[in-house]
Amino acid sequence: MTLVIAAFVLWALAWWCNVWLANGPARDMAATRLAVPLIFGLTLLAIWELVVRGLGVSMVILPAPSVIAEKISTSLPILWTDFVQTFIKGALSGYLIGIAAAFVVAVIADRSSFLRRGLLPVGSFVAAMPIVGTAPILVMWYGFDWQSKAAVVVVMVFFPMLVNITAGLQETTNMQRDQMKTWAASYWQGFWKMRLPAAMPFIFNGLKISSTLALIGAIVAEFFGSPISGMGFRISTSVGQLALDMVWAEIFVAALSGSVFYGVIALIERGVTFWHPSQRK
Amino acid sequence: MDGVAAMKWFLPVLSVVAAIVVFWYLACVPMNVKFAMMTAERQGVVVSPEGVQARRDMSAILLAVRNPVVWADTWTQDKPRLPAPHQVVAELWKTTAEVKPTSKRSLVFHAWVTLSATLAGFVIGAGAGIILAVGIVHSRAMDMSVMPWAIASQTIPILAIAPMIIVVLNSFGVQGLLPKAIISAYLSFFPVVVGMVKGLRSPGPMDLDQMRTWSATRAQTFWKLRLPASAPYLFASLKIGVASSLVGTIVAELPAGGGQGLGFRLLSGSYYGQTVQIWAALFATAILAAGLVAIISGIERGTLKRMGLA
Repeated sequence: MTLVIAAFVLWALAWWCNVWLANGPARDMAATRLAVPLIFGLTLLAIWELVVRGLGVSMVILPAPSVIAEKISTSLPILWTDFVQTFIKGALSGYLIGIAAAFVVAVIADRSSFLRRGLLPVGSFVAAMPIVGTAPILVMWYGFDWQSKAAVVVVMVFFPMLVNITAGLQETTNMQRDQMKTWAASYWQGFWKMRLPAAMPFIFNGLKISSTLALIGAIVAEFFGSPISGMGFRISTSVGQLALDMVWAEIFVAALSGSVFYGVIALIERGVTFWHPSQRK
Repeated sequence: MDGVAAMKWFLPVLSVVAAIVVFWYLACVPMNVKFAMMTAERQGVVVSPEGVQARRDMSAILLAVRNPVVWADTWTQDKPRLPAPHQVVAELWKTTAEVKPTSKRSLVFHAWVTLSATLAGFVIGAGAGIILAVGIVHSRAMDMSVMPWAIASQTIPILAIAPMIIVVLNSFGVQGLLPKAIISAYLSFFPVVVGMVKGLRSPGPMDLDQMRTWSATRAQTFWKLRLPASAPYLFASLKIGVASSLVGTIVAELPAGGGQGLGFRLLSGSYYGQTVQIWAALFATAILAAGLVAIISGIERGTLKRMGLA
């Protein structure tokens, strides 16, 4: 019981600390901006640990963070194989193929306004669908290995990318297009030098949405069948064995790879679209 | 919308959809050709080349071109690799209109199971999201503590947590609708928080100064300026939220078993190779998603019109 009370005291202290930091003299410092969410996150973890131990919750049902951390450190090789299987082979290859396919279709659609007006509504409609439901079909077609996961990812990222690239390529104004024409620029010159760079903010928006979708697609597809590795496979089998510390370890890896993936794309975006108002300081 | 504007997108969309259907029928031929040739051979039809062994490593497209005899059969198989569109429509019709909605074989029954969990989860998730957003806008400490995590949570595959929540809640004796609703609430929660915070912050300094010159209280500023200004953002994130809610419920139904829901139909179809059933369930989820988004769009249009924003 003392542990539970300690958790409440810790919560109050940390919250008071954050309120003081957020409204006190250091409120606009960069360090404060970093410290406040960190304190919040660490407090949550500490409370989790204290409450689980204090109330004597079974570690099988809800493992404490320390137990999960230990599991992560002792099963690094397994986590690494699962990461390679799901992220590198399944999600990343599917992501790249899906983007390439969407790009090709978007460029073709760009040359015909009829096709564009037809594809854009259909694409946005399909993008709002629960596409992850195609997983059982694609697993049936492409087998249990990573190819079927990549196929699910391709289908999932294709439509958001198509919509974003097509919308992005429409971003230039008539004036700008006329300017290219007065310089006697060919279609492709205008495309590479003006319209594609102008579309970049849209494309990166699509890339960021798709990065999350890719990981979700690869993991969920493994619920429908997988060789004996992969994050989704490990999650579903560990849940069956009630080895929930392993499940949390996989979720940690998935969260980490998801945010790093997103972060890398955001970094590239900052370099490519440095001219856009949202990137200027 | 006037007639000309409608025609402007109606014809292109119709052509694209028609092209997809034609492509689908064409794709059925190579996808199902090997099985079709096997049955045809058994019935004594001459196909080239003869014998399953000879055909095993041949490309399906080549086989399809060389054997127009079996084309018709590729569109009518019981367990095709790719069912033809009319087979999916027939299955949809059979499982919705021809069986009682309370029967376990009715897609309406499964769709209702999924829909009720989705709606319960969506209402909980969106409600909690709106409340948290209000807190974030009014408390700087909350903003700085929670907001980075809310944004970061959108980059991680939260869905992976679904099977565990189901099993843990099951061990406490919680079954049925609630575990699925929790997952679907969790998925709609973060998009709504992020969108609503953006919306509540959308009034510019000029609008806020105006409220101050009228010596409006914080509550008045909230009800008369911030909340109305957030409406377009709220609806945009509600549409994303309801779609993710549905995905959450469907994924939650995979391990939940219980033999109910569209997610279960997908899984059982894939266990027993019932491809037509999978496709029908898939289309049912798509129709459900489209319906939910359309309802929110309708409310959005009505509300924004009455507010004079659209």
